[in-house]
Amino acid sequence: MEGASPAKLEVSSLSFYYGRFRALKDISLDIPENRVTALIGPSGCGKTTLLRVFNRMYDLVSKARAEGSVRLDGMEVTETTRLLELRQKVGMVFQRPSPFPLSIYDNVAFAPRLLGWRRQQVAEAVETAITDAALWDEVKDRLKDPAASLSGGQQQRLSIARCLAVKPEVILMDEPCSALDPVATLKIEDLIDRLARQYTIVIVTHNMQQAARVADFTAFMLMDTDERYGQLIEFAPTTDLFNKPTDPRTEGYITGRFG
Amino acid sequence: MNRNLYRQVSNGLARVFVYGTALAALIPLGLVLAYTVSKGLPSVENVDFFINSFRPIGIPGGGVAHALAGTVIMVGLASLLAVPVGILSGVYLVEYGRGRWGDLIRLASDVLVGAPSIAIGLFAYALLVAPFHHFSGISAAVALAVLMLPVVIRTTEGAIELIPGSLREAGLALGLARWRVALQLIVPAAAPGIVTGALLAVARAAGETAPLLFTAFGNQILNLDPSKPMAALPLLVFNYARQPYPQAQQQAWGAALVLVVLVLITNLTSRFVFRRQIALASKL
Ligand SMILES: Nc1ncnc2c1ncn2[C@@H]1O[C@H](COP(=O)(O)OP(=O)(O)OP(=O)(O)O)[C@@H](O)[C@H]1O
Ligand SMILES: [Mg+2]
Repeated sequence: MEGASPAKLEVSSLSFYYGRFRALKDISLDIPENRVTALIGPSGCGKTTLLRVFNRMYDLVSKARAEGSVRLDGMEVTETTRLLELRQKVGMVFQRPSPFPLSIYDNVAFAPRLLGWRRQQVAEAVETAITDAALWDEVKDRLKDPAASLSGGQQQRLSIARCLAVKPEVILMDEPCSALDPVATLKIEDLIDRLARQYTIVIVTHNMQQAARVADFTAFMLMDTDERYGQLIEFAPTTDLFNKPTDPRTEGYITGRFG
Repeated sequence: MNRNLYRQVSNGLARVFVYGTALAALIPLGLVLAYTVSKGLPSVENVDFFINSFRPIGIPGGGVAHALAGTVIMVGLASLLAVPVGILSGVYLVEYGRGRWGDLIRLASDVLVGAPSIAIGLFAYALLVAPFHHFSGISAAVALAVLMLPVVIRTTEGAIELIPGSLREAGLALGLARWRVALQLIVPAAAPGIVTGALLAVARAAGETAPLLFTAFGNQILNLDPSKPMAALPLLVFNYARQPYPQAQQQAWGAALVLVVLVLITNLTSRFVFRRQIALASKL
Protein backbone atom coordinates (compact mmCIF):
# COMPACT_ATOMS: atom_id res chain seq x y z
CA MET A 1 0.00 0.00 0.00
CA GLU A 2 2.89 2.33 0.70
CA GLY A 3 4.63 1.36 -2.49
CA ALA A 4 6.33 4.05 -4.53
CA SER A 5 3.87 6.44 -6.05
CA PRO A 6 4.60 9.51 -8.17
CA ALA A 7 4.21 12.90 -6.51
CA LYS A 8 0.92 14.64 -7.20
CA LEU A 9 1.83 17.81 -5.36
CA GLU A 10 5.47 18.85 -5.16
CA VAL A 11 5.99 21.40 -2.43
CA SER A 12 9.43 22.97 -2.35
CA SER A 13 10.80 25.72 -0.11
CA LEU A 14 7.34 27.01 0.58
CA SER A 15 6.95 29.95 2.92
CA PHE A 16 3.67 31.63 3.64
CA TYR A 17 2.88 35.07 5.03
CA TYR A 18 -0.21 36.67 6.53
CA GLY A 19 0.89 40.26 6.00
CA ARG A 20 4.19 40.46 7.85
CA PHE A 21 3.61 37.35 9.91
CA ARG A 22 5.36 34.31 8.53
CA ALA A 23 3.05 31.36 9.15
CA LEU A 24 5.04 28.71 7.25
CA LYS A 25 8.75 28.49 6.67
CA ASP A 26 10.63 26.52 4.10
CA ILE A 27 8.33 23.56 3.70
CA SER A 28 9.24 20.86 1.20
CA LEU A 29 7.43 17.60 0.67
CA ASP A 30 6.06 15.45 -2.13
CA ILE A 31 2.46 14.39 -1.71
CA PRO A 32 2.08 11.03 -3.46
CA GLU A 33 -0.64 10.37 -5.98
CA ASN A 34 -3.64 8.22 -5.01
CA ARG A 35 -2.53 7.96 -1.42
CA VAL A 36 -3.77 9.48 1.82
CA THR A 37 -1.42 11.98 3.40
CA ALA A 38 -2.16 13.26 6.90
CA LEU A 39 -0.97 16.56 8.33
CA ILE A 40 -0.65 16.44 12.10
CA GLY A 41 0.72 18.82 14.67
CA PRO A 42 -0.33 21.04 17.54
CA SER A 43 -2.84 23.83 17.12
CA GLY A 44 -1.54 26.87 15.26
CA CYS A 45 1.35 25.10 13.53
CA GLY A 46 -0.05 25.95 10.10
CA LYS A 47 -1.82 22.80 8.94
CA THR A 48 -4.86 24.68 7.67
CA THR A 49 -2.63 27.31 6.13
CA LEU A 50 -0.67 24.71 4.20
CA LEU A 51 -3.84 22.99 3.03
CA ARG A 52 -5.25 26.27 1.78
CA VAL A 53 -2.19 26.95 -0.30
CA PHE A 54 -2.96 23.85 -2.35
CA ASN A 55 -6.25 25.23 -3.71
CA ARG A 56 -5.35 28.91 -3.34
CA MET A 57 -8.12 29.45 -0.82
CA TYR A 58 -5.79 32.01 0.77
CA ASP A 59 -6.64 34.38 -2.07
CA LEU A 60 -9.63 35.36 0.08
CA VAL A 61 -7.34 36.72 2.79
CA SER A 62 -6.01 40.16 1.98
CA LYS A 63 -2.23 40.55 2.17
CA ALA A 64 -1.66 36.80 2.34
CA ARG A 65 1.06 35.50 0.03
CA ALA A 66 3.03 32.39 -0.71
CA GLU A 67 6.71 32.15 -1.60
CA GLY A 68 8.37 29.12 -3.06
CA SER A 69 6.76 26.53 -5.21
CA VAL A 70 3.86 24.11 -5.21
CA ARG A 71 3.53 22.11 -8.40
CA LEU A 72 0.44 20.15 -9.32
CA ASP A 73 1.16 17.93 -12.36
CA GLY A 74 3.68 20.54 -13.37
CA MET A 75 1.32 23.50 -12.91
CA GLU A 76 2.65 26.17 -10.56
CA VAL A 77 -0.15 26.51 -8.03
CA THR A 78 1.08 29.68 -6.36
CA GLU A 79 1.27 31.57 -9.63
CA THR A 80 -1.43 30.13 -11.84
CA THR A 81 -4.10 32.39 -13.22
CA ARG A 82 -6.33 29.40 -13.96
CA LEU A 83 -7.78 29.53 -10.48
CA LEU A 84 -11.15 27.99 -11.26
CA GLU A 85 -9.57 25.07 -13.03
CA LEU A 86 -7.19 24.58 -10.10
CA ARG A 87 -10.02 24.52 -7.58
CA GLN A 88 -12.00 22.12 -9.68
CA LYS A 89 -8.99 19.81 -9.72
CA VAL A 90 -8.24 20.31 -6.03
CA GLY A 91 -11.45 19.97 -4.06
CA MET A 92 -11.87 20.79 -0.39
CA VAL A 93 -13.97 19.42 2.45
CA PHE A 94 -14.27 21.67 5.46
CA GLN A 95 -14.54 21.08 9.17
CA ARG A 96 -18.20 22.09 9.14
CA PRO A 97 -20.24 20.64 6.27
CA SER A 98 -22.06 23.93 5.42
CA PRO A 99 -24.67 22.49 3.08
CA PHE A 100 -26.10 24.93 0.57
CA PRO A 101 -29.67 25.95 1.46
CA LEU A 102 -30.98 23.68 -1.29
CA SER A 103 -32.21 20.13 -1.65
CA ILE A 104 -29.87 17.17 -1.24
CA TYR A 105 -29.82 16.65 -5.00
CA ASP A 106 -29.30 20.32 -5.82
CA ASN A 107 -26.39 20.56 -3.42
CA VAL A 108 -24.45 18.08 -5.50
CA ALA A 109 -25.84 19.31 -8.84
CA PHE A 110 -25.11 22.96 -8.06
CA ALA A 111 -21.56 23.21 -9.37
CA PRO A 112 -22.01 20.90 -12.39
CA ARG A 113 -24.99 23.01 -13.48
CA LEU A 114 -23.11 26.28 -13.11
CA LEU A 115 -20.20 24.78 -15.00
CA GLY A 116 -22.61 24.39 -17.89
CA TRP A 117 -22.72 20.61 -18.09
CA ARG A 118 -25.55 19.05 -20.02
CA ARG A 119 -28.58 17.73 -18.13
CA GLN A 120 -27.71 14.10 -18.63
CA GLN A 121 -24.10 14.69 -17.59
CA VAL A 122 -25.25 16.48 -14.45
CA ALA A 123 -27.63 13.68 -13.52
CA GLU A 124 -24.93 11.06 -13.97
CA ALA A 125 -22.32 13.04 -12.07
CA VAL A 126 -24.72 13.57 -9.17
CA GLU A 127 -25.68 9.94 -8.81
CA THR A 128 -22.09 8.75 -9.13
CA ALA A 129 -20.87 11.32 -6.62
CA ILE A 130 -23.53 10.49 -4.03
CA THR A 131 -22.88 6.79 -4.49
CA ASP A 132 -19.11 7.22 -4.21
CA ALA A 133 -19.64 9.26 -1.05
CA ALA A 134 -21.43 6.22 0.44
CA LEU A 135 -24.62 8.19 0.85
CA TRP A 136 -26.86 6.95 -1.96
CA ASP A 137 -28.75 4.26 -0.06
CA GLU A 138 -29.55 6.66 2.75
CA VAL A 139 -30.85 9.49 0.57
CA LYS A 140 -32.06 7.97 -2.68
CA ASP A 141 -35.71 8.27 -1.60
CA ARG A 142 -35.42 11.81 -0.30
CA LEU A 143 -33.24 13.60 -2.82
CA LYS A 144 -35.65 16.54 -2.86
CA ASP A 145 -35.49 17.09 0.91
CA PRO A 146 -33.49 20.03 2.19
CA ALA A 147 -29.86 19.15 2.84
CA ALA A 148 -30.18 20.67 6.30
CA SER A 149 -32.47 17.80 7.25
CA LEU A 150 -29.56 15.34 7.13
CA SER A 151 -27.55 14.35 10.19
CA GLY A 152 -24.11 15.87 10.72
CA GLY A 153 -22.33 12.80 9.40
CA GLN A 154 -24.61 12.61 6.38
CA GLN A 155 -24.07 16.31 5.71
CA GLN A 156 -20.33 15.77 5.76
CA ARG A 157 -20.64 12.90 3.27
CA LEU A 158 -22.87 15.19 1.21
CA SER A 159 -20.08 17.78 1.10
CA ILE A 160 -17.73 15.04 -0.02
CA ALA A 161 -20.24 14.14 -2.75
CA ARG A 162 -20.51 17.81 -3.70
CA CYS A 163 -16.76 17.90 -4.09
CA LEU A 164 -16.61 14.61 -6.04
CA ALA A 165 -19.27 15.83 -8.49
CA VAL A 166 -16.88 18.21 -10.22
CA LYS A 167 -14.41 15.32 -10.69
CA PRO A 168 -11.40 16.53 -8.71
CA GLU A 169 -8.05 14.77 -8.64
CA VAL A 170 -6.97 15.91 -5.20
CA ILE A 171 -9.23 16.19 -2.14
CA LEU A 172 -8.19 18.36 0.77
CA MET A 173 -9.90 17.68 4.08
CA ASP A 174 -9.54 19.99 7.06
CA GLU A 175 -10.49 18.08 10.20
CA PRO A 176 -13.52 16.58 8.47
CA CYS A 177 -14.56 14.50 11.47
CA SER A 178 -13.97 16.89 14.32
CA ALA A 179 -17.68 17.72 14.62
CA LEU A 180 -18.86 14.11 14.28
CA ASP A 181 -19.60 11.25 16.67
CA PRO A 182 -17.48 8.07 16.57
CA VAL A 183 -19.87 6.13 14.34
CA ALA A 184 -20.11 8.90 11.77
CA THR A 185 -16.34 9.33 11.99
CA LEU A 186 -15.81 5.67 11.22
CA LYS A 187 -17.99 5.94 8.14
CA ILE A 188 -15.96 8.86 6.83
CA GLU A 189 -12.73 7.00 7.51
CA ASP A 190 -14.00 3.99 5.56
CA LEU A 191 -14.95 6.32 2.79
CA ILE A 192 -11.50 7.94 2.73
CA ASP A 193 -9.99 4.49 2.49
CA ARG A 194 -12.06 3.70 -0.58
CA LEU A 195 -11.59 7.07 -2.25
CA ALA A 196 -7.82 6.82 -1.95
CA ARG A 197 -7.73 4.38 -4.85
CA GLN A 198 -8.85 7.11 -7.21
CA TYR A 199 -7.97 10.35 -5.53
CA THR A 200 -5.02 11.98 -3.86
CA ILE A 201 -6.19 12.87 -0.36
CA VAL A 202 -4.61 15.29 2.08
CA ILE A 203 -6.24 15.29 5.49
CA VAL A 204 -5.59 17.53 8.48
CA THR A 205 -6.39 15.85 11.74
CA HIS A 206 -5.91 16.45 15.42
CA ASN A 207 -6.50 12.84 16.12
CA MET A 208 -3.35 10.75 15.87
CA GLN A 209 -5.28 7.48 15.91
CA GLN A 210 -7.16 8.75 12.91
CA ALA A 211 -3.94 9.57 11.09
CA ALA A 212 -2.64 6.11 11.95
CA ARG A 213 -5.86 4.51 10.67
CA VAL A 214 -6.38 6.32 7.38
CA ALA A 215 -3.09 7.76 6.19
CA ASP A 216 -0.39 6.12 4.11
CA PHE A 217 1.95 9.02 4.78
CA THR A 218 2.04 11.47 7.63
CA ALA A 219 3.62 14.88 7.93
CA PHE A 220 4.33 16.23 11.39
CA MET A 221 4.42 20.01 11.70
CA LEU A 222 5.44 22.18 14.61
CA MET A 223 5.49 25.85 15.42
CA ASP A 224 8.86 27.44 16.02
CA THR A 225 8.99 28.58 19.64
CA ASP A 226 10.63 31.94 18.96
CA GLU A 227 9.32 33.20 15.67
CA ARG A 228 6.09 31.20 15.68
CA TYR A 229 6.34 30.07 12.07
CA GLY A 230 5.16 26.59 11.21
CA GLN A 231 7.69 24.11 9.92
CA LEU A 232 7.73 20.55 8.70
CA ILE A 233 9.54 18.34 11.19
CA GLU A 234 9.15 14.95 9.66
CA PHE A 235 7.42 13.37 6.70
CA ALA A 236 7.35 9.60 6.37
CA PRO A 237 5.16 6.57 5.74
CA THR A 238 2.68 6.55 8.59
CA THR A 239 3.87 3.30 10.17
CA ASP A 240 7.45 4.58 10.21
CA LEU A 241 6.50 7.95 11.63
CA PHE A 242 4.55 6.42 14.47
CA ASN A 243 6.83 3.44 15.17
CA LYS A 244 10.30 4.79 14.63
CA PRO A 245 10.24 8.59 14.42
CA THR A 246 13.62 10.03 13.52
CA ASP A 247 13.13 13.40 15.21
CA PRO A 248 12.83 13.61 19.00
CA ARG A 249 10.17 16.29 18.63
CA THR A 250 8.01 13.93 16.61
CA GLU A 251 8.47 11.27 19.20
CA GLY A 252 7.57 13.76 21.93
CA TYR A 253 4.38 14.69 20.16
CA ILE A 254 3.14 11.21 19.34
CA THR A 255 3.89 9.89 22.78
CA GLY A 256 1.89 12.81 24.11
CA ARG A 257 4.65 14.73 25.85
CA PHE A 258 3.50 18.03 24.37
CA GLY A 259 0.99 19.55 21.98
CA MET B 1 -34.54 42.49 55.11
CA ASN B 2 -33.79 46.08 54.33
CA ARG B 3 -31.74 45.07 51.34
CA ASN B 4 -34.57 42.92 50.06
CA LEU B 5 -36.95 45.82 50.27
CA TYR B 6 -34.50 48.02 48.38
CA ARG B 7 -34.19 45.40 45.68
CA GLN B 8 -37.94 45.08 45.37
CA VAL B 9 -38.41 48.82 45.09
CA SER B 10 -35.69 49.26 42.48
CA ASN B 11 -37.02 46.29 40.57
CA GLY B 12 -40.45 47.81 40.59
CA LEU B 13 -39.17 51.19 39.49
CA ALA B 14 -37.22 49.63 36.63
CA ARG B 15 -40.32 47.81 35.51
CA VAL B 16 -42.42 50.97 35.63
CA PHE B 17 -39.79 52.74 33.59
CA VAL B 18 -39.66 50.02 30.93
CA TYR B 19 -43.42 49.84 30.61
CA GLY B 20 -43.65 53.63 30.66
CA THR B 21 -41.26 54.09 27.77
CA ALA B 22 -42.90 51.30 25.80
CA LEU B 23 -46.23 53.02 26.36
CA ALA B 24 -44.78 56.38 25.32
CA ALA B 25 -43.73 54.82 22.05
CA LEU B 26 -47.03 53.02 21.51
CA ILE B 27 -49.37 55.88 22.40
CA PRO B 28 -48.65 58.09 19.38
CA LEU B 29 -48.83 55.09 17.05
CA GLY B 30 -52.10 53.98 18.62
CA LEU B 31 -53.56 57.48 18.44
CA VAL B 32 -52.59 57.96 14.80
CA LEU B 33 -54.05 54.59 13.90
CA ALA B 34 -57.24 55.01 15.92
CA TYR B 35 -57.83 58.53 14.68
CA THR B 36 -57.19 57.65 11.04
CA VAL B 37 -59.41 54.59 11.25
CA SER B 38 -62.30 56.38 12.94
CA LYS B 39 -62.11 59.35 10.57
CA GLY B 40 -61.40 57.38 7.42
CA LEU B 41 -63.71 54.44 7.92
CA PRO B 42 -66.87 56.17 6.64
CA SER B 43 -65.10 56.80 3.32
CA VAL B 44 -63.74 53.33 2.74
CA GLU B 45 -66.99 51.61 3.67
CA ASN B 46 -68.20 52.59 0.23
CA VAL B 47 -66.90 50.54 -2.72
CA ASP B 48 -67.25 53.61 -4.94
CA PHE B 49 -64.31 55.03 -3.05
CA PHE B 50 -61.99 52.51 -4.65
CA ILE B 51 -63.62 52.46 -8.09
CA ASN B 52 -64.28 56.08 -8.88
CA SER B 53 -61.95 58.99 -9.35
CA PHE B 54 -62.33 62.67 -8.62
CA ARG B 55 -65.84 64.16 -8.64
CA PRO B 56 -66.47 67.88 -8.21
CA ILE B 57 -67.59 68.98 -4.78
CA GLY B 58 -71.32 68.44 -4.38
CA ILE B 59 -71.47 65.41 -6.63
CA PRO B 60 -71.47 62.23 -4.56
CA GLY B 61 -69.51 59.06 -5.31
CA GLY B 62 -66.01 60.59 -5.60
CA GLY B 63 -63.17 58.13 -5.07
CA VAL B 64 -59.43 57.66 -5.03
CA ALA B 65 -58.99 55.06 -7.78
CA HIS B 66 -56.84 57.48 -9.78
CA ALA B 67 -54.54 58.10 -6.80
CA LEU B 68 -54.33 54.43 -5.90
CA ALA B 69 -53.42 53.56 -9.49
CA GLY B 70 -50.88 56.37 -9.63
CA THR B 71 -49.20 55.29 -6.40
CA VAL B 72 -49.05 51.67 -7.48
CA ILE B 73 -47.65 52.52 -10.92
CA MET B 74 -45.08 55.04 -9.72
CA VAL B 75 -43.88 52.95 -6.79
CA GLY B 76 -43.80 49.93 -9.09
CA LEU B 77 -41.66 51.76 -11.65
CA ALA B 78 -39.42 53.10 -8.91
CA SER B 79 -38.97 49.55 -7.59
CA LEU B 80 -38.06 48.30 -11.06
CA LEU B 81 -35.29 50.88 -11.10
CA ALA B 82 -34.11 50.78 -7.49
CA VAL B 83 -34.36 47.12 -6.52
CA PRO B 84 -32.06 45.52 -9.13
CA VAL B 85 -29.51 48.33 -8.92
CA GLY B 86 -29.69 48.31 -5.13
CA ILE B 87 -29.22 44.54 -4.88
CA LEU B 88 -26.25 44.57 -7.25
CA SER B 89 -24.67 47.45 -5.35
CA GLY B 90 -25.21 45.66 -2.04
CA VAL B 91 -23.62 42.51 -3.43
CA TYR B 92 -20.72 44.56 -4.77
CA LEU B 93 -20.20 46.17 -1.38
CA VAL B 94 -19.91 42.84 0.42
CA GLU B 95 -17.95 40.94 -2.20
CA TYR B 96 -15.60 43.54 -3.60
CA GLY B 97 -16.22 46.69 -1.60
CA ARG B 98 -13.28 46.64 0.79
CA GLY B 99 -11.43 49.48 -0.91
CA ARG B 100 -12.10 53.10 -1.72
CA TRP B 101 -14.95 52.52 -4.13
CA GLY B 102 -16.83 50.54 -1.54
CA ASP B 103 -16.36 53.24 1.07
CA LEU B 104 -17.53 55.84 -1.42
CA ILE B 105 -20.71 53.90 -2.21
CA ARG B 106 -21.36 53.41 1.50
CA LEU B 107 -20.87 57.09 2.17
CA ALA B 108 -23.08 58.07 -0.75
CA SER B 109 -25.89 55.78 0.34
CA ASP B 110 -25.67 57.00 3.94
CA VAL B 111 -25.89 60.58 2.73
CA LEU B 112 -28.84 59.67 0.49
CA VAL B 113 -30.71 58.12 3.41
CA GLY B 114 -30.47 61.41 5.24
CA ALA B 115 -31.13 63.65 2.25
CA PRO B 116 -34.39 65.67 2.51
CA SER B 117 -36.87 64.08 0.15
CA ILE B 118 -37.96 67.46 -1.17
CA ALA B 119 -34.41 68.04 -2.40
CA ILE B 120 -34.55 64.75 -4.24
CA GLY B 121 -37.85 65.81 -5.76
CA LEU B 122 -36.26 69.05 -6.87
CA PHE B 123 -33.43 67.11 -8.47
CA ALA B 124 -35.89 64.99 -10.43
CA TYR B 125 -37.73 68.18 -11.42
CA ALA B 126 -34.56 69.76 -12.78
CA LEU B 127 -33.56 66.58 -14.57
CA LEU B 128 -36.82 65.22 -15.95
CA VAL B 129 -39.55 67.83 -15.68
CA ALA B 130 -38.10 71.23 -16.55
CA PRO B 131 -36.37 70.10 -19.78
CA PHE B 132 -39.58 68.51 -21.08
CA HIS B 133 -41.93 71.22 -19.88
CA HIS B 134 -44.40 68.86 -18.30
CA PHE B 135 -44.91 66.85 -15.12
CA SER B 136 -44.86 63.07 -15.33
CA GLY B 137 -45.20 59.87 -13.37
CA ILE B 138 -41.78 58.83 -14.65
CA SER B 139 -40.01 61.78 -13.09
CA ALA B 140 -41.72 60.94 -9.80
CA ALA B 141 -40.70 57.30 -10.12
CA VAL B 142 -37.08 58.38 -10.57
CA ALA B 143 -37.27 60.57 -7.46
CA LEU B 144 -38.78 57.70 -5.47
CA ALA B 145 -36.16 55.30 -6.83
CA VAL B 146 -33.41 57.58 -5.55
CA LEU B 147 -35.09 57.50 -2.14
CA MET B 148 -35.41 53.71 -2.20
CA LEU B 149 -31.93 52.95 -3.47
CA PRO B 150 -29.93 53.42 -0.25
CA VAL B 151 -32.45 51.39 1.74
CA VAL B 152 -32.16 48.49 -0.69
CA ILE B 153 -28.35 48.75 -0.82
CA ARG B 154 -27.80 48.74 2.90
CA THR B 155 -30.36 46.03 3.74
CA THR B 156 -28.95 43.83 0.97
CA GLU B 157 -25.49 44.34 2.41
CA GLY B 158 -26.75 43.51 5.88
CA ALA B 159 -28.64 40.43 4.71
CA ILE B 160 -25.59 39.07 2.89
CA GLU B 161 -23.36 39.71 5.87
CA LEU B 162 -25.66 37.46 7.89
CA ILE B 163 -24.72 34.56 5.61
CA PRO B 164 -21.72 32.76 7.09
CA GLY B 165 -18.48 33.04 5.12
CA SER B 166 -18.21 29.25 5.13
CA LEU B 167 -20.98 29.10 2.52
CA ARG B 168 -19.00 31.35 0.19
CA GLU B 169 -15.84 29.31 0.76
CA ALA B 170 -17.68 26.09 0.03
CA GLY B 171 -18.87 27.55 -3.27
CA LEU B 172 -15.47 28.89 -4.26
CA ALA B 173 -13.76 25.63 -3.35
CA LEU B 174 -15.82 23.94 -6.06
CA GLY B 175 -14.11 26.05 -8.68
CA LEU B 176 -16.98 28.47 -9.25
CA ALA B 177 -16.30 32.08 -10.17
CA ARG B 178 -16.66 34.60 -7.41
CA TRP B 179 -19.48 36.54 -9.05
CA ARG B 180 -21.42 33.34 -9.70
CA VAL B 181 -21.06 32.28 -6.09
CA ALA B 182 -22.24 35.73 -5.04
CA LEU B 183 -25.24 35.95 -7.35
CA GLN B 184 -26.31 32.32 -7.52
CA LEU B 185 -25.48 31.00 -4.08
CA ILE B 186 -25.21 33.87 -1.61
CA VAL B 187 -28.00 36.10 -2.94
CA PRO B 188 -30.58 33.29 -2.97
CA ALA B 189 -29.54 32.35 0.56
CA ALA B 190 -30.03 35.97 1.59
CA ALA B 191 -33.22 36.40 -0.43
CA PRO B 192 -35.62 36.85 2.49
CA GLY B 193 -33.45 39.61 3.95
CA ILE B 194 -33.15 41.27 0.58
CA VAL B 195 -36.93 41.10 0.09
CA THR B 196 -37.27 42.73 3.49
CA GLY B 197 -35.16 45.63 2.30
CA ALA B 198 -37.14 46.00 -0.89
CA LEU B 199 -40.42 46.01 1.04
CA LEU B 200 -39.15 48.60 3.51
CA ALA B 201 -38.10 50.75 0.58
CA VAL B 202 -41.51 50.32 -1.05
CA ALA B 203 -43.23 51.33 2.19
CA ARG B 204 -41.03 54.37 2.43
CA ALA B 205 -41.65 55.41 -1.17
CA ALA B 206 -45.41 54.86 -1.01
CA GLY B 207 -45.79 57.27 1.87
CA GLU B 208 -43.64 60.10 0.49
CA THR B 209 -45.34 63.34 -0.57
CA ALA B 210 -42.57 65.87 -1.02
CA PRO B 211 -40.82 64.25 -3.99
CA LEU B 212 -44.13 64.05 -5.85
CA LEU B 213 -45.12 67.69 -5.50
CA PHE B 214 -43.31 68.93 -8.56
CA THR B 215 -42.78 65.68 -10.40
CA ALA B 216 -46.03 63.69 -10.53
CA PHE B 217 -47.88 66.88 -9.67
CA GLY B 218 -51.26 65.16 -9.32
CA ASN B 219 -54.11 64.50 -11.67
CA GLN B 220 -57.85 64.58 -11.24
CA ILE B 221 -58.63 61.89 -13.73
CA LEU B 222 -57.55 58.29 -13.82
CA ASN B 223 -54.32 58.23 -15.82
CA LEU B 224 -52.32 55.06 -16.40
CA ASP B 225 -49.72 56.68 -18.65
CA PRO B 226 -46.62 57.51 -16.59
CA SER B 227 -45.36 60.01 -19.15
CA LYS B 228 -48.20 62.31 -18.04
CA PRO B 229 -48.98 63.87 -14.66
CA MET B 230 -50.25 61.30 -12.19
CA ALA B 231 -52.26 61.28 -9.02
CA ALA B 232 -50.94 59.65 -5.86
CA LEU B 233 -52.44 58.88 -2.47
CA PRO B 234 -50.21 61.16 -0.39
CA LEU B 235 -50.64 64.00 -2.90
CA LEU B 236 -54.38 63.56 -2.78
CA VAL B 237 -54.39 63.70 1.00
CA PHE B 238 -52.28 66.83 0.87
CA ASN B 239 -54.54 68.53 -1.65
CA TYR B 240 -57.93 67.49 -0.25
CA ALA B 241 -57.13 68.11 3.38
CA ARG B 242 -56.41 71.78 2.69
CA GLN B 243 -59.83 72.35 1.15
CA PRO B 244 -62.60 73.86 3.24
CA TYR B 245 -65.22 71.35 2.09
CA PRO B 246 -66.11 68.53 4.50
CA GLN B 247 -66.58 66.16 1.56
CA ALA B 248 -63.00 66.70 0.41
CA GLN B 249 -61.68 66.39 3.95
CA GLN B 250 -63.60 63.18 4.43
CA GLN B 251 -61.98 61.77 1.31
CA ALA B 252 -58.58 62.89 2.53
CA TRP B 253 -59.08 60.82 5.70
CA GLY B 254 -60.19 57.87 3.64
CA ALA B 255 -57.14 58.10 1.40
CA ALA B 256 -54.89 58.48 4.44
CA LEU B 257 -56.39 55.32 5.90
CA VAL B 258 -55.78 53.39 2.68
CA LEU B 259 -52.19 54.62 2.64
CA VAL B 260 -51.57 53.78 6.30
CA VAL B 261 -52.97 50.29 5.85
CA LEU B 262 -50.86 49.70 2.72
CA VAL B 263 -47.68 50.84 4.43
CA LEU B 264 -48.49 48.88 7.58
CA ILE B 265 -49.07 45.67 5.63
CA THR B 266 -45.83 46.17 3.73
CA ASN B 267 -43.93 46.77 6.95
CA LEU B 268 -45.40 43.80 8.75
CA THR B 269 -44.72 41.55 5.79
CA SER B 270 -41.11 42.71 5.71
CA ARG B 271 -40.73 41.90 9.41
CA PHE B 272 -42.19 38.47 8.88
CA VAL B 273 -39.86 37.80 5.96
CA PHE B 274 -36.88 39.04 7.93
CA ARG B 275 -37.59 36.61 10.78
CA ARG B 276 -37.44 33.80 8.24
CA GLN B 277 -34.07 35.09 7.09
CA ILE B 278 -32.68 35.00 10.62
CA ALA B 279 -34.04 31.49 11.13
CA LEU B 280 -32.59 30.37 7.80
CA ALA B 281 -29.19 31.98 8.29
CA SER B 282 -28.81 30.38 11.70
CA LYS B 283 -29.13 26.97 10.04
CA LEU B 284 -26.35 27.55 7.52
N1 LIG C 1 -6.34 34.90 8.28
C1 LIG C 1 -5.26 34.94 9.06
N2 LIG C 1 -4.62 36.11 9.30
C2 LIG C 1 -3.54 36.16 10.09
N3 LIG C 1 -3.00 35.10 10.71
C3 LIG C 1 -3.58 33.90 10.52
C4 LIG C 1 -4.73 33.76 9.70
N4 LIG C 1 -5.12 32.45 9.71
C5 LIG C 1 -4.22 31.82 10.50
N5 LIG C 1 -3.30 32.68 10.98
C6 LIG C 1 -2.16 32.34 11.85
O1 LIG C 1 -1.34 31.40 11.18
C7 LIG C 1 -0.90 30.40 12.06
C8 LIG C 1 -1.28 29.04 11.56
O2 LIG C 1 -2.70 28.93 11.58
P1 LIG C 1 -3.47 27.65 11.05
O3 LIG C 1 -4.92 27.95 11.12
O4 LIG C 1 -2.91 27.27 9.75
O5 LIG C 1 -3.09 26.57 12.14
P2 LIG C 1 -3.61 25.08 12.30
O6 LIG C 1 -2.42 24.23 12.38
O7 LIG C 1 -4.62 24.77 11.27
O8 LIG C 1 -4.28 25.15 13.73
P3 LIG C 1 -5.55 24.35 14.28
O9 LIG C 1 -5.08 22.98 14.57
O10 LIG C 1 -5.92 25.06 15.52
O11 LIG C 1 -6.61 24.39 13.23
C9 LIG C 1 -1.47 30.73 13.42
O12 LIG C 1 -0.49 31.41 14.17
C10 LIG C 1 -2.61 31.65 13.11
O13 LIG C 1 -2.78 32.57 14.16
MG1 LIG D 1 -6.73 24.33 11.28
